[in-house]
Amino acid sequence: MISNLFKSLRLTIAFCLFFSIFYIFVLWVFGQIAGPNSGNAELVELNGKIVGAANVGQNFTKDIYFWGRPSHAGDGYDASSSGGSNKGPSNEEHLALLEERIDTFLVHHPYMKREDVPAEFVTASFSGLDPHISPKAAYAQAKRVAEARGWSEEKVIAIVNSNVEKPLLGLFGTEKVNVLKLNVALDKATTN
Amino acid sequence: MNTEILGVVAQIVLLIVISYPLGKHIAKVYKEGNDCMRFMAPIERFIYKFAGINPNEEMDWKAFLKSLLIINVFWFFWGMILLVSQGYLPLNPDGNPGQSPDLAFNTCISFMVNCNLQHYSGESGLTYFTQLFVIMLFQFITAATGMAAMAGVMKAMAAKTTKTIGNFWHFLVISCTRILFPMSLIVGFILILEGTPMGFDSKMTIPTLEGAEQTVSQGPTAAIVPIKQLGTNGGGYFGVNSSHPLENPTYLTNMLECWSILIIPMAMVFALGFYLKRKKLGYTIYGVMLFAYLCGVICNVHYEMAGNPNIDKMGIDQSCGAMEGKETRLGAAATALWSVTTTVTSNGSVNGSHDSTMPLTGMIEMLNMQINTWFGGVGVGFLNYYAFLIIAVFISGLMVGRTPEFLGKKVEAREMKIATIVALAHPFVILIFTAISSYVYVYHPNFVESEGGWLNNPGFHGFSEMLYEYTSSSANNGSGFEGLGDNTYFWNYTCGLALIISRYLPIVGQVAIAGLLAKKKFIPESAGTLKTDTVTFGVMTFCVIMIVAALSFFPALTLGPIAEYFSIY
Repeated sequence: MISNLFKSLRLTIAFCLFFSIFYIFVLWVFGQIAGPNSGNAELVELNGKIVGAANVGQNFTKDIYFWGRPSHAGDGYDASSSGGSNKGPSNEEHLALLEERIDTFLVHHPYMKREDVPAEFVTASFSGLDPHISPKAAYAQAKRVAEARGWSEEKVIAIVNSNVEKPLLGLFGTEKVNVLKLNVALDKATTN
Repeated sequence: MNTEILGVVAQIVLLIVISYPLGKHIAKVYKEGNDCMRFMAPIERFIYKFAGINPNEEMDWKAFLKSLLIINVFWFFWGMILLVSQGYLPLNPDGNPGQSPDLAFNTCISFMVNCNLQHYSGESGLTYFTQLFVIMLFQFITAATGMAAMAGVMKAMAAKTTKTIGNFWHFLVISCTRILFPMSLIVGFILILEGTPMGFDSKMTIPTLEGAEQTVSQGPTAAIVPIKQLGTNGGGYFGVNSSHPLENPTYLTNMLECWSILIIPMAMVFALGFYLKRKKLGYTIYGVMLFAYLCGVICNVHYEMAGNPNIDKMGIDQSCGAMEGKETRLGAAATALWSVTTTVTSNGSVNGSHDSTMPLTGMIEMLNMQINTWFGGVGVGFLNYYAFLIIAVFISGLMVGRTPEFLGKKVEAREMKIATIVALAHPFVILIFTAISSYVYVYHPNFVESEGGWLNNPGFHGFSEMLYEYTSSSANNGSGFEGLGDNTYFWNYTCGLALIISRYLPIVGQVAIAGLLAKKKFIPESAGTLKTDTVTFGVMTFCVIMIVAALSFFPALTLGPIAEYFSIY
């Protein structure tokens, strides 16, 4: 018993050396060399200024920008406290909230028909930090953004088109648009 | 064809194709030690020397279990002390405080038993130090504990008549160095390339495009995620696990992480066949498990891609599927696939909210954990199946009037008693605890209110939240219907209790059966022997498992997900 306990202690320390130090060190070195931002979250810049992390969604409220999905992370897109609604499919209170979001969406996008409102755009992700929206949700907002910027709708749609990310190898998974990158592309188009 | 479904098919094909050679590798590691990772031998010798272990000493099943249990008790104290005092320890750039004793109790047990139920959120409940020296360390060594138990059972099954079943310490160490370590390293490299953070800087404050500020949690994520997946641990680095865009940034990482959940449990079944030189037995078991897995996948992918009927009634466009609690980059199908994969094994990581999945999807998730034998956790998964194999051998022996024998050993009253206890302990723990919590919820509303009200959803779904929590604890899974407010005295202690009972009782029982059978005289196969590697026997085992699970759990499931299903469809 005692000798087994003593073995356990020494073995645990040996495992600490092997995993918590050696294994971590190998990956850390690899991250420093090969990671996109030497081991930290990858960043997005606009005119040499950092404007966000590429993989972390942000809160957008202005009409000149594309908006992301609703978020339950903190007060919305709080990247230090990720979280979702965890509401079940039959929760009446939650369904009422969705109705509200649909109405709000239609107020801001009066040209949209109710049956074309993308459901993913009024439901929240689990992380609350979803950096993407579906292409459909982006095209739905194009006219509003164009009007707010005083641009033609075609110009905005062209920018959206160039920001649609295809499925992996064109075969696997979903099509999506990174909202932050899309909005940065819009701002770049303004300055040029 | 729909690219989301293609993605699901690709992931399943990758699993099956790679589990075969990996199974060969695992069998070699435990049997001859002449595998391709034998260059790790000097490191292993250093570990043995450092710990004062003689890896060649043979143990009988009692000594084997004693070593296993003692090191687990030691780990409990190790974890408790570090978690409670983490506020004062180094590597804490965000200044997170120590955990309260009841939370530390729950955390520690849950990681010690390879369950990884988390009643805290990784960003604020842990420091980098405890992430590495408790959480990640436990994820490696507890997975290796399960694999070591499996190795002992395999050795017992392979021998004709033997008292010893190998050396626990040796199995523990080589599981780490030759299987878990190299695989984690490869997965970690790919995650880093795809943008998962691997650093020790504190939270990063970044200005947003609209001029506000955003604080981004990060840390050594890419080191913890691989072993979390491969060791069927499931404890996420971030609170929302693999739905977090830094923990699981792209569809490729999602495929890789989902693959990592199931690959070792799948390979273990092949390994068994190779180890025992009874490939056909391995294939039969693999076939039964794969069939059950695919049934779940088809059901869940269908319901999640079809979406929520209540949202259809609102008259909006739900062509992307039920996206509440899901990520755009992953999509409904990938999340549905993950929900089955993580519950057939005892992994429990999630890439979307299980609480927000459709009623029958939630039912499949629960049923997988309640049955708890399809692939299962690394090592221990097969052991659960093993108990049912013994029962199936016994029942079919009685049905056809042949002596119940398994691999040349007579199955008698003592083994049957243990197998029955192991098989029934699981429903017992789940149902009794759910009954207690439901009783408390209804008759002691003041107490529940003082604990924050517990439930996040009313009605049938609320009941499902409680049933899911104990199911997940008891299956050592660790996923949750996360809406449940579970960081309270009641849930921390009751779940902790459920965890201990349902990890150690089965492990002890299964190793004991293997040890008892190993000691018996070997009876050569004859015309009177019941063949256990045929399709017929596979179907028989499947039926025994389904009957035990269905009879035990369908009443409870009817009150939860099935009732909810009929209320909205």
